Amino acid sequence: MAIDFRNVTKTYPDGTAAVENFTLHVPSHTCTVLLGSSGCGKSTLLRMVNRMIDPSSGAVLIDDNDVATTEPVALRRRIGYVMQDSGLLPHRRVIDNIATVPRLTGASKADAHRRAQELMEIVGLDAALARRYPKQLSGGQQQRVGVARGLAADPNILLMDEPFGAVDPLVRVELQRELQRIQTDLRKTIIFVTHDIDEALTLGDQIVVLKKGGEVAQIGTPENIVEAPANDFVAQFLGLDSARRSLKAAPREGGGWLVSDGRGRPLGVVDSAPDQQHATD
Amino acid sequence: MEWILNNLPRITDLTVAHLLLALPAVAAAFLIAVPVAWAANRVRPLREVLVSGTGLLYAIPSLPLFIVLPIILGTGVRDTFNVIVALTIFGLALMVRSAADALDSVDSGVRLASTAMGYSPAKRFFSVELPLAGPALLAGLRVVSVSTISLVSVSAVLGVQSLGSLFTDGFERGIVPSIAAGILLTAVLALLLDLLLIAAGRVLMPWSPGGGR
Ligand SMILES: Nc1ncnc2c1ncn2[C@@H]1O[C@H](COP(=O)(O)OP(=O)(O)OP(=O)(O)O)[C@@H](O)[C@H]1O
Ligand SMILES: [Mg+2]
Repeated sequence: MAIDFRNVTKTYPDGTAAVENFTLHVPSHTCTVLLGSSGCGKSTLLRMVNRMIDPSSGAVLIDDNDVATTEPVALRRRIGYVMQDSGLLPHRRVIDNIATVPRLTGASKADAHRRAQELMEIVGLDAALARRYPKQLSGGQQQRVGVARGLAADPNILLMDEPFGAVDPLVRVELQRELQRIQTDLRKTIIFVTHDIDEALTLGDQIVVLKKGGEVAQIGTPENIVEAPANDFVAQFLGLDSARRSLKAAPREGGGWLVSDGRGRPLGVVDSAPDQQHATD
Repeated sequence: MEWILNNLPRITDLTVAHLLLALPAVAAAFLIAVPVAWAANRVRPLREVLVSGTGLLYAIPSLPLFIVLPIILGTGVRDTFNVIVALTIFGLALMVRSAADALDSVDSGVRLASTAMGYSPAKRFFSVELPLAGPALLAGLRVVSVSTISLVSVSAVLGVQSLGSLFTDGFERGIVPSIAAGILLTAVLALLLDLLLIAAGRVLMPWSPGGGR
């Protein structure tokens, strides 16, 4: 299911122009990351897809159908939505939280629970947590429940608004890996919002770097963007200007290379670079 | 104590009468306050008017209201319906504000998530907002319940039977234990009802911090 933003503009009633004339093609079965700093209109764009927000002008199309012609409640039930702080229902147990959308669309409780149990396994949640309330889980576990809930109705489209923004860096990396693994199997059309460049580079098949007002600074693959930032804004966002991504490698005594960034901060070790092997031949 | 034991049948009757006045009023106040509060929150400009307006009802002195209402309702002064309506009005005065605040306090992230998942507005209200407002609604309901139980006694002055009658009779006939029992039993009844509400909260809202598990 491809998503198209066609010249969308959103002006809030108070006059804030959150998004101006934004156009983007989101290909099926891939993950598109909207990357930009706070207030640049990422959430506004995301919420236009499931009609939480209607554009002031322009249109959002899913497989060439204007979403404005679809009844919002029905539309939302077939689009997964995962947000920061997971937005779990505090009064429902984990299993019931995950089963929410199937229940809304009329699945029996038994079927919905069976499906929820499958999903708990998919997102790496211990089955023993099923009967807990969200507050009795760690932040990372809550986010996993959020992801499971977003996937429960087996939607073709998954909207993720800084889903891992509120967890510590280690858990965050773990959740990103988990999402990559899930995506390899399920191949959803994902729009993923973040302001974290590393997260964008990890998850994006396509990255859209945004300036204020939803202005596109660059669209490209992670490789494109790192190799050839289109302008100073993108370079700055990547941290290229502060030498964070111009790497140097120094040979190590026992073989291999020590890699550091432009400021000399050690980043890691390369076991044996190909040209070193040539050198010792 | 001895006086209470000697007059047990009468006290039991009065307690039942007391509850029959208080409970319908508490229930009615709650059931009316929730939709009013919902409307007040929906139509923001109306909120202060509705919330403060109903709050001001509490400033009406209770005795005159008990006497004026029958004229409006066309009932007798000693009609229990008259008393229940008056008590409901006082209950509303307390409950509308706390219900409006309770419904308002539901986490906006949870609201957003429910909408995003595809709850229709009505379904979202009954399955998400109302239950999540539960603990705060219960807090308001407890205040209304205690206040109503104690207000019922005032109607004894009009001759409507309740635990307040122990108080009025005691005064008229100079029976001190009767006055004491009236005060004591009203307090005990209010306390018991409060405990019952707390217990109901635990059972109905096991997820809330005050709730069981
Ligand atoms: N309901 C609203 N009414 C008025 N202005 C709004 C509303 N929602 C968002 N805005 C404004 O629109 C702009 C874009 O907001 P949006 O939430 O889309 O940003 P964002 O990129 O998601 O930011 P963040 O990373 O902080 O979540 C901001 O300037 C914001 O203040
Ligand atoms: Mg946002």
